[in-house]
Amino acid sequence: MMHIEVVGRQLVETLKSYSADYIEVHLEESQTSHIAYRGKELESIDRTTAIGGNVRALVRGGWGFVSFNNLDELPGRVELAVRQAQFVGNEESKLAPVEPVVDTVLTPASTNPLTMPLAEKKQLLDEYNDIIWRTPRLQTSSINYGDGHKKVIFLNSLGSYIEQERTDITLRLTAIAAEGSEVQQAGLSLGSRDDFSLIQGRHRQVEQLAQRAVELLSAPQVSGGEYTVVLDPVLAGVFVHEAFGHLSEADFVYENDRLRQIMTLGKEFGSVELNIVDSAAMPGLRGSYKYDDEGVPATKTYLIREGKLVGRLHSRETAAKMNEEPTGNARAINYRYPPIVRMTNTYIEPKAASLDDIIGDIKEGVYAKNWYGGMTSMEMFTFSAGEAYMIRNGKVAEMLRPVVLTGNVFTTLKNIDAIGNDLEMNQGGGCGKGEQMPLPVANGSPHIRIRHCLVGGR
Amino acid sequence: MESILAEAKKVAEEAEVFMVSSEETPVQFEANRLKHIQSKQSTSVALRIVRQGKIGYAAATQLDDRQELVNMAVETAEFGMTARFELPSFTSYPQIEVFDPAVESVSTEEMVKLGEELISTIKAHTPDLVCDAAVSKEVISVRIINSRGGQANYKQSIFSLGIEGQLIRDTDMLFVGEGQNSCHPIPESKTVAEVVLQQLDLAKDRASAPTKLLPVVFTHHGVASSLIAPLIAAFNGKVVLEGASPIGSKLGQLVFDEKLQLWDDPTIAYRPASRPCDDEGIPSQRTPLIEQGVVANFLYDLQTAALAHTQSTGNGHRSRGGLPAPSPSAFIIAPGKATFDQMVADIKEGLVVEQLMGATQGNILGGDFSGNVLLGYKVENGKIVGRVKDTMVSGNIYQLLKQITAIGSDARWVGGFLNTPPLYFPSVSVASK
Repeated sequence: MMHIEVVGRQLVETLKSYSADYIEVHLEESQTSHIAYRGKELESIDRTTAIGGNVRALVRGGWGFVSFNNLDELPGRVELAVRQAQFVGNEESKLAPVEPVVDTVLTPASTNPLTMPLAEKKQLLDEYNDIIWRTPRLQTSSINYGDGHKKVIFLNSLGSYIEQERTDITLRLTAIAAEGSEVQQAGLSLGSRDDFSLIQGRHRQVEQLAQRAVELLSAPQVSGGEYTVVLDPVLAGVFVHEAFGHLSEADFVYENDRLRQIMTLGKEFGSVELNIVDSAAMPGLRGSYKYDDEGVPATKTYLIREGKLVGRLHSRETAAKMNEEPTGNARAINYRYPPIVRMTNTYIEPKAASLDDIIGDIKEGVYAKNWYGGMTSMEMFTFSAGEAYMIRNGKVAEMLRPVVLTGNVFTTLKNIDAIGNDLEMNQGGGCGKGEQMPLPVANGSPHIRIRHCLVGGR
Repeated sequence: MESILAEAKKVAEEAEVFMVSSEETPVQFEANRLKHIQSKQSTSVALRIVRQGKIGYAAATQLDDRQELVNMAVETAEFGMTARFELPSFTSYPQIEVFDPAVESVSTEEMVKLGEELISTIKAHTPDLVCDAAVSKEVISVRIINSRGGQANYKQSIFSLGIEGQLIRDTDMLFVGEGQNSCHPIPESKTVAEVVLQQLDLAKDRASAPTKLLPVVFTHHGVASSLIAPLIAAFNGKVVLEGASPIGSKLGQLVFDEKLQLWDDPTIAYRPASRPCDDEGIPSQRTPLIEQGVVANFLYDLQTAALAHTQSTGNGHRSRGGLPAPSPSAFIIAPGKATFDQMVADIKEGLVVEQLMGATQGNILGGDFSGNVLLGYKVENGKIVGRVKDTMVSGNIYQLLKQITAIGSDARWVGGFLNTPPLYFPSVSVASK
């Protein structure tokens, strides 16, 4: 079998010799394991390995991209990418300058979950499944555990040669309760960059999850309309990702004149309390890395500071075309796709309010926790809570069926009027953009309060 | 592949090797201009074994390390589920045409021309629109062999064309879009362009929606974005077996409006969702799911069918390189009699929903949906008066599909998976600012 290191070393000298403005190569080796339970039974267990790579070439502003599993005849694939780029290109190539980097970023073998025996992983999942099934009136459950380890070699025609390893662990548990033709579900998503212990010891949460599924059978549905809404740190993290994160990705903006006018730096989006940050440089989270997939060092980027738009997320191309600094946010889920502008670890910075301060003066509102998902069209977005309660006279009251909330980025962020002191980063999510999902990211926030938030219901 | 099977047979009672390889060429336009040409080659091989009665599974992208693949499958078989099924022995397959060699020979120049033509037609109508478009051709080869002498192989071609347009006025954003795919080359962009032009015309003016129950017409895209995800779960034999499908115990019972007919069909010639057999080598068949409102069948793969004491419906599907699981191939909803204009003319005050955002991110199993109207129109006195915004539409599909006012006469493909007419419901919950 060909080792990607050997292939990479062979290519490094030749990349400069093609008639292209820029060429980069990714070579990737990965292993995954996956364990799934449906109901009481372990349903599937599998292991995979993959080797693949891609070549991306830029000529006069046009891109060519070739991906492959077969590592033979790489010079021919480089030539194909260059020919494609030549066919497309008809202007000047623009890429923000970065220094060539030669570096190796390895993960210690001890934290690679692939080296852990399957029996040990199964033991933990068995414990969780037993807890779920101790709950009366449960219909069924599902547990999906996955881990992956990969090594990516990045090299480009500027002389960069970066070898990075990364590990990713995810666990999703769902409990399903049914009565007649009524079916309700409750879920919990956990994730970790490389620390298996982060998904251990969650027995209490798993128990609550199963109980919640059963309680939902008798919970009422909220009536649709505008409410004052309080979001817990998990859901507020999804909110900041959907409501603002995607709009700050410069690839939506850089070739769109009208959007550029709307997204001028300095524009006011929220109150002076509001700070939103994206940072791959924060260590140890699922969105963390040292270099992005264009070999650009990770940065901490303020998107909103004191309510005003102060930055956005860039690839080398979007940064050059907007005359801004590159931020190291070009990411690809794997070698089958070119890197595009993505979020990493995105969060709202904490302020002073306690949860009591936030809820205390709400006469009638909705307390929404946990997540099912979220989507955005840039202007409008939705995010759905996995868990919801009415707030009555300053107190959390009866449980509701899960709610879907929606907002408009130009008004909803301004309606945030309280930001808590309890920042938490949630690692259970994956982000989708174009065909590329799920990409490991982390989202976070303290508790926040939003006035006039539209909630769907019957 | 044969040598992997031979290695596996040394350590397992049963074995199956599944291999899929593809060559895809997407041509992409960004902000109205050609931006990216890609070429993607991919190969994957998956080994399923039954060892000491238990299922083991492993997949890889390289064919040369047979022993590693077998070892991984053996390792997982130690913990695997007990196999209840028998792999198919030599079988004959229905003749289902899904390969047209003309797709392979479409040149990059022709693909670029098709995309440019589509963008320029739409820009001629609305010059300020910013369009992203993609034209793609792909050839996929599938081969399955197993230890009982079963073997299947087929080649499939897919050509697709899609566009998304964005119109921004101040901070107001309008999104329109349409796509089309086929196993034949798509020679012209007219069909896609017409849908987008109609969306632009209908969305020209703004209107506001009230917060109350209203009659609502879901267009083809509206049906796809709101109502289908719960049905996919409900007819999945595995969900039924677990007792988590609301219709699981209702086989043969009238659950939906008598006008509603739904079936799964991988046998239509030259459709991207068609194939002669499923991913376990079981011959493709058309499976009725709802017949005159009555629950007719559920969808099964081999293992789930065995557990449920029934037969596979040929719906074993491998997603993301994993073990086969039941999954529909293509959902077809039979057209009715009402034209779109007749349905709209019938409404005094109501909505037409073209695209509901986030609708499937809730309790899908229970049939609930709730989403933001990304594209939808207000109807007043039988006429579409403009586009609505900041509006949520919510409901439960089991309640809605019990009483359908009318089913549209014009059925269309939405993506490769769904063929549906518009559906018109008497009363749906609408919330607006």
